[in-house]
Amino acid sequence: MSNRSSKLGKIYIVIIFLLLYMPILYLIIYSFSKGTTMTNFRGFSLTHYGELFHDKRMLAIFLDTILIALLSSVFSTIIGTLGALGISNAKRERSRQTLLSLNNILLVSPDVIMGASFLIFFTSLKVPLGFWSVLLSHIAFEIPIVVLMVLPRLDEMSPSLINAATDLGATSGQVLSRVVLPFIQPGIIAGFFMAITYSLDDFAVTFFVTGNGFTTLSVEIYSRARQGISLEINALAGIMFVFSLILVIVYYFIENHNLVSRRKKDKLGVANQ
Amino acid sequence: MKKSFRAMFYTPYMMWLALFVIAPVGLIVYYSFFNISHQFTFDNYATFFRSGTYLTMTANSVLYAFLITLISLLISYPMALVISKLKHRDLWILLVILPTWINLLLKAYAFIGLLSHDGLVNNLFELVGLPAQHMLFTDTSFILVASYIQIPFMILPIYNSLTDISDSYIKASHDLGATNWQTLTKIIIPMTMPGIKSGVQIVFIPSLSLFMLSRLIGGNKIITLGTAVEEHFLTTMNWGMGSTIGVVLIISMVVVMLFTNTKRKRGRN
Repeated sequence: MSNRSSKLGKIYIVIIFLLLYMPILYLIIYSFSKGTTMTNFRGFSLTHYGELFHDKRMLAIFLDTILIALLSSVFSTIIGTLGALGISNAKRERSRQTLLSLNNILLVSPDVIMGASFLIFFTSLKVPLGFWSVLLSHIAFEIPIVVLMVLPRLDEMSPSLINAATDLGATSGQVLSRVVLPFIQPGIIAGFFMAITYSLDDFAVTFFVTGNGFTTLSVEIYSRARQGISLEINALAGIMFVFSLILVIVYYFIENHNLVSRRKKDKLGVANQ
Repeated sequence: MKKSFRAMFYTPYMMWLALFVIAPVGLIVYYSFFNISHQFTFDNYATFFRSGTYLTMTANSVLYAFLITLISLLISYPMALVISKLKHRDLWILLVILPTWINLLLKAYAFIGLLSHDGLVNNLFELVGLPAQHMLFTDTSFILVASYIQIPFMILPIYNSLTDISDSYIKASHDLGATNWQTLTKIIIPMTMPGIKSGVQIVFIPSLSLFMLSRLIGGNKIITLGTAVEEHFLTTMNWGMGSTIGVVLIISMVVVMLFTNTKRKRGRN
């Protein structure tokens, strides 16, 4: 009985996995087609990749997207880490809960609300729409995820570590740079990576606050897709797939590395007790 | 730590909270009381609640989001259940996460090809002897594509709560003579309720506002709350009305969160 049901289960997940990956594979397969439509594969060619690499506009947009992702992640990681330190320092449980709920508002609110409200915000402050408004919005919606990544590490840290450092004469700055930051570093790195993926993934917020001159890849894909099929987008999908594959692998490598070193540390901790 | 030193931590983060969390929500509420020529008015709300179009649209939007959530839940629960029992489950769950790292627009774009008149789905239909269907720009295709996009976000929280269940509960239930089905309905499903709730929350709220999907896959026929906000802000420039719909969207979000509140946080890893 349980054997048969586990077999059924395996068939089920294979089907769902096929469905999950089919659209992505379909996109990538057609990026190698000689034809110009996403129907009837017409033989292997790299023309669409060639087109893509000679598309100066696309290249500029690609670089802008990466620039926004990196800059916004750096800033949001710094501000988010400081925020997490602030939240974990909060004396009363109640103020900690309030801060956390406020922190999570942007994570749960629908993209259009964020986009629309940021648009009102920037126009009422007379911030010109373009690079800066997109950068500020990306920093804004990445901060809460950084906080959520850093906070668990801070909660794990035993207060005796800080007390010991202070007893040994460390100043606040030294406690932060020598004790706290090294301890929460894995959380900070995870937060940084999540921030990058949030930035690369975002479409709706950018679409609202981008104005006319500035574009990111998501917005460009949207406006091209609305005009119909162009296999250049498929080629772009192929490249972005490889790119995200690399990001995932790097991210999990770091995570696993952290896990291993954390286990080692835990063992040491046990030995010291 | 000294006061001034601590204030240094707080300032940038607090400024972010004030400027990008509290101020924007306040501005949306504020703008919802102004008409297109910037006069204070309650007309937007009156229009919203009196005109049949807006109310039908809201009802439709909620219905779409409900169907998307239901379909993804029905597909995801067995999926999470099977994966949680596999030997290399970490690897399999990684395979579930991977598609979420692909840009949403690219996935939507893939479906324009897949569902088109000569696309793969119609080719498969012809193989089985069915006539080619007109699938793009219909309600069904919108709901299916949206569910496709949301499935991984539904699987993850359910999977996490499944792996939290200790094996001894399952063993105890079998020892006490429960069948597999009884164990599932009486033990496993109740114990994974927090996961189901946060999955519903993660899927339902964005589903109310997937305007890019309703534009690309639903043509311009499907108007959801999100599409309406986008249209009022970026096309007709009636920010007041757009904000009013935004306020409705915020209220529905709060309602959903009250119903599904658990301590779990949204996260993709």
